[in-house]
This record gives sequence, structure tokens and C-alpha cells, in this order.
Amino acid sequence: MSHAADPDDNGRIPLLRAEGLVKTHHGEGAPAHAVRGVDLSVRRGEFVAVSGPSGAGKSTLLHLLGGLQRPDGGSIWLDGECTDSYSEARWANERRRRIGIVFQFFNLVSNLTVADNVELPALLAGTGPRQARAEREKLLAELGLEGKARSMPGELSGGEQQRVALARALVNHPRLLLADEPAGSLDSKGTREVMRLLSRFHQRGQTILLVTHDARLASAADRVISFFDGRIADDAELGGTTARGTGLSGVLELKD
Amino acid sequence: MRLPLLALLSRGPAHGYELKQDLEQLLGSAYPQPNVGQIYVTLGRLEKSGLIEGEEVAQSSRPNKKIYRLTDAGTEALRAWFEDTADEPRVRDDFFMKLALAPRTGLADQIALINKQRREYLNTMRNLSKLSATEDRDNRIAHLLIEGAMLHLQADLDWLERCQEELEGLE
Repeated sequence: MSHAADPDDNGRIPLLRAEGLVKTHHGEGAPAHAVRGVDLSVRRGEFVAVSGPSGAGKSTLLHLLGGLQRPDGGSIWLDGECTDSYSEARWANERRRRIGIVFQFFNLVSNLTVADNVELPALLAGTGPRQARAEREKLLAELGLEGKARSMPGELSGGEQQRVALARALVNHPRLLLADEPAGSLDSKGTREVMRLLSRFHQRGQTILLVTHDARLASAADRVISFFDGRIADDAELGGTTARGTGLSGVLELKD
Repeated sequence: MRLPLLALLSRGPAHGYELKQDLEQLLGSAYPQPNVGQIYVTLGRLEKSGLIEGEEVAQSSRPNKKIYRLTDAGTEALRAWFEDTADEPRVRDDFFMKLALAPRTGLADQIALINKQRREYLNTMRNLSKLSATEDRDNRIAHLLIEGAMLHLQADLDWLERCQEELEGLE
């Protein structure tokens, strides 16, 4: 077995690597085996989607990778560094600096303005107020939210709230962006918007791990991991070409 | 393609190449190459069945071109077309038969078939996403076409997921 912190074939250390991850939820009734032995590696600059039915354990996997839950077994390496000994405080610190997370239900602080929601993690990470403000202004402009800085989250549409959440996740320039069903509570226009933004940040080099049951969203990634019943069923690079080569000519067929 | 061509002609007479351009413009990049040969063949058949009439027009420097116009019978055929509802979409039966018969042949594994098919669909989905990003924003018909294709594909992918859930339990 190769060691998890070992470089890949190109001599680079993966940004994120997990080996033998196991997580079982003990609630009422029978224990739920959410993650059952997952090995995974994400290279710098990759956009990876984990896709599968609800209840397959995708979100648990993302929570493990972001340190929001601790695995029952297995290990996670960030940038080649083993996180086994990380305390809760250390994980919280990593989530401020190196890992940005967006959630299905946005999780914005409802009694803070949009501007404060975005600036807060920057200030917590030790960025000066002036710099935090500049970063916030840049991101909100980039996400088409210039006029919304003084709004409260509750005054915004779902799509807008998710864009604020994206700005908050990216304000400290994390090396890794984790996205948990980011379009799960949005309509199809909001979904397309999230897709467009994730693609845009990825094109600029942002490493992204996206968890979604929506194949349209997953197809924005350049690698799709199919997750079933706590395990990886398939791991496919999307080249954009199809095996049969028919590609798009079949979108609309006018016969006869 | 008979009825779409009739529909395009209901706006006024046109020749084959104009119709090809009309189709391109209407449907955008998701329908990349209307086959001009196929258009001429179809126009010939429509003329034979009396739904359109062609008239040769002499051109000074080039060969004659034929301008077609809709007949009353053609308009009737169009009305009937709009009156009728379209067939419902079907399950991709070729894949389904492979999946159903794989265990009897011992030549293919069902889960491997599902994974392969999923890769194919995901790649097509990715192509559609790219197409949607590059298609002219104002061409609503083209965007609706792409979105329709994506939703069908999404349903096919959901169904593959169901197949996988059911069949993996049996192994």
C-alpha cells in the first residue's frame, strides 16, 4: 500500500488525500454505515464532484474531509500533512485559512449584514479591517452583489444567499473549496448560476470538491466520483468526449 | 424533418439553402449541421406528395434554383401536426436489454455496464453544459433544447442509480 503522503506520479503531493475512511452513525435504530472504507486523492487545481443518491454518505464524506466530523477509522492528509492529531481548534483554524466550505442551506449569520458575513472570517483569520473590506468588495463585485453589501441575508433570494456564502468561503483564499449540495435548495436558474461560478473559480486555479446528487452540476467538474452506499463505485475523468463519438449530434434528430 | 420544413415555409416561399440557414439560426449550436442534402431530398418528397410546389428560378451566373411554397394541402398537414401530441420518451432499450441479458451470457458484468454507461452520459452532460455556456444567450429556443436534453440525461442518470442500488444488493 502506498503511503498517503507520498507524491503522485508527477512527484506532487496531493492537496487532499484520504485512506481507509470509515464513519458509522449511531442514532436510533441500527447503526448507519455512512462511509465504508474510502480512499481518495485530490490534486491541486482539480475540480472533483462526488455524486450519488441521497443517503449514500456523500455529505458525511465531505464533513470528514473538512474536519466537521471525525472518522471512526482511516486518515486524512492535507497538503501531505497528516491530520490524525488535529484538535477541534486546529480544524477550525484550517477551515478559516485553508479550507472554504459552502452548504446547501447557506448557513449565513442572519443578524449580520452581507458585508459582515463575508468579512468576519477574514477578520477572524487575522486580516486587517481595511484588507478584509477590500477583499469583500472585490468578491461581492465579482459575484454580482455590489448593491447588496448592507442587506441582511433574509432579504436576499436563495441564489444570492448562496453567492454570499461562496464569497465568505473564498475570502481567505483557501486552497481547497468544499461544496455540499450548493444548489440543493435553488431553482434551475440558481443552479446554473452556481455552476457557472464554480467553473469560473476553477478555471482560475481553485481546487474544488463538490458533493451533489445533481448530475448537471456534477458535469461541471473534470472528475466525477460515483458514490454508493458509503463506497466509491466509479471514479471517472470527464474528457468531454463520448465513447461512441456521437457526442451532441444526437441532441436533436430530425428524421425523415 | 418534413413537418419542420413545412412550418418554415409557412412564412413564405424559400429555397433549400435558406431553409438550412433558418434551421441553424432557430436551433443554434445544439443542432450543428443541418444536412443540406437531406433537406433537398425531403423537399423533393414533399413536392411529390403535393404539400409544397417548386418553381425554377433562373440565375444569371449560377445554376437555376428552386423556390418552394406551401400548398393548401401542406397547410392542412401542418395543422394536423400541431393538433397531434408527440410520443412519450422511451427507456433506452438497447442499454436495458444489455443490462437484462448480461447475467445469462456471462460475458459482461451488470455493474460494469452501468458504470460505463454513466461515464458516457456524464461526458455528454459535460458537453451540453459547455454548449449551453457558449450558445448565444438570447437564443431561447436553443437554450430550451439544450436544457431539455440535460433533463432527459439527468433522468437517465437517476435511473442508472436506481439500477445500481437494486443490482448491487444482489451480488
